[in-house]
Amino acid sequence: MNKILVGLKRAVDYNVRVQVKSDGSGVETDGVKMSINPFDEIALEEALRIRERGEASEVVVVSIGPSESQQQLRTGLAMGADRAILVESEGVPDILSIARVFKELVDRESAELVILGKQAIDDDNSQTGQMLAAIWGRPQATFASEVVLDGDKARVTREVDSGLEILDIDLPAVITVDLRLNEPRYVKLPDIMKAKKKPLETIAIGDLGVEPGPQLVETAFEPPAGRQKGIMVDDVAGLVAAIKDKGLV
Amino acid sequence: MAKILVIAEHNGETLNPSTAKCVACATQIDAAEIDVAVLGADTGTVAAQAAELSSVVRVVTIDDEGNDPAIAAILAPQIVALADGYSHVLGPSTAFGKDLMPRVAALMGVNQISDIMSVEGSHQFKRPIYAGNAIVTVEAPTDHPVVATVRTASYQAVGGGNAAAIESASVDVELPSHTRFVELQTGASDRPDLQTAARVVSGGRALASEENFEIIYKLADTIGAGVGSSRAAVDAGYVPPETQVGQTGQIIAPDLYIAIGISGAIQHVTGIKDAGTIVAINKDEEAPIFEIADIGLVGDLFAIVPELTEALG
Repeated sequence: MNKILVGLKRAVDYNVRVQVKSDGSGVETDGVKMSINPFDEIALEEALRIRERGEASEVVVVSIGPSESQQQLRTGLAMGADRAILVESEGVPDILSIARVFKELVDRESAELVILGKQAIDDDNSQTGQMLAAIWGRPQATFASEVVLDGDKARVTREVDSGLEILDIDLPAVITVDLRLNEPRYVKLPDIMKAKKKPLETIAIGDLGVEPGPQLVETAFEPPAGRQKGIMVDDVAGLVAAIKDKGLV
Repeated sequence: MAKILVIAEHNGETLNPSTAKCVACATQIDAAEIDVAVLGADTGTVAAQAAELSSVVRVVTIDDEGNDPAIAAILAPQIVALADGYSHVLGPSTAFGKDLMPRVAALMGVNQISDIMSVEGSHQFKRPIYAGNAIVTVEAPTDHPVVATVRTASYQAVGGGNAAAIESASVDVELPSHTRFVELQTGASDRPDLQTAARVVSGGRALASEENFEIIYKLADTIGAGVGSSRAAVDAGYVPPETQVGQTGQIIAPDLYIAIGISGAIQHVTGIKDAGTIVAINKDEEAPIFEIADIGLVGDLFAIVPELTEALG
């Protein structure tokens, strides 16, 4: 295979407990640590392993968003990606637009495989891969926990509600990855230095001629409803009594 | 007035309860008509079950060998053809719906709304983001169809007793052959399914081994509960992935949820927020799980759980 595209979304770090702004206009992201969406790191790790096995020649990381996303692309390059493309936009576009941007890049790069995280941990949408596959008219294997390439085909194990589903797909295709696919490598200092010399191309989203999707407008943000503080019991007898009291067993 | 198409989830024989929950969500929308689409190889049995759901006007079926088992790339173009004339197309935010609905939306040229947890208007919905740390209100354009998934844990299934009309449909679309089902591996378990179980017992990293999970299974079987887990327990290999509850696993709403040796990271808590009663057993009294538990017990799970099983047996 020639080329794999991997999406890296700049997202609030996994360990940050996000707060809603007091005026309900959004969530507080000022001064908050930003990282690569964790699922996207797994996607990149898988692409790198495929290249290292000699089954692909190049791994290109792509981010769509504000110019600060360069930081996440540099991290991706330090992990081992060959090149990076930043499609720069003010804020993060709607997902259909993102899928259309990926489709443009797939065509430009003649990519045969796109590997994405199964969801971003900020918007929790879980849509981009499926939308890209739809627009591209190609297979999607979502929530992957194992990927085995075989020439112009792939066998993908998917984590579904009832267990594991195995699909055979023809390439080109889109794969979205779940947590258990692999453990991403740590970036070493020399790799960070090397990554500074790797090519990072910036394209303005307007230059791709992508038509935005009909917009969903986020009109208000609020904290979740809390649960009422419960009771503590001292022993199993107290626990059994409390459960039975509620008629639950 | 709205005209809503709900996409049924099923395994060829039984309608998944997620469908009745999507219908419940649909009834919250000012609806002229709620129809259910059943796509399969031989949809008779499942269509009959869907026709019983309260508030459903019509069940529309497409029978095609290629529709069993369900593959998103094959179902999506058929659903797009069926969806003509509908103002809303809803599916469940289960693995089935999350895989399928964005593909449907993209083919229809619209953005998709994920995980509707409440209906504020025909084109206005609330959904959780950041692992449930924030709730956002989303407005969809009124001049395009709404395609969305429904957070099933937010809805009670509609009742039965209906006898909706069942109509067979045929659509003229070419079905792709680029995606082929090989097999489904399910853990052979007689325990209740997590999505529908009235009671769920979950174990976390503190169980410390696959063998130790035996005490979780024993408690679960004693009270007829499904078995869940935290991400840490799955990552450690103690339990299979389909047991994972939380942001990236299953979102569930049992009447009783017993969290054992689970610290209560926000990513886990988001999966159980709608449970009726949450019981937490943990040796660390500072564990965040106690902040959301209705009943808490601090202590050694290896002593408590067998004693609890004995007491409830």
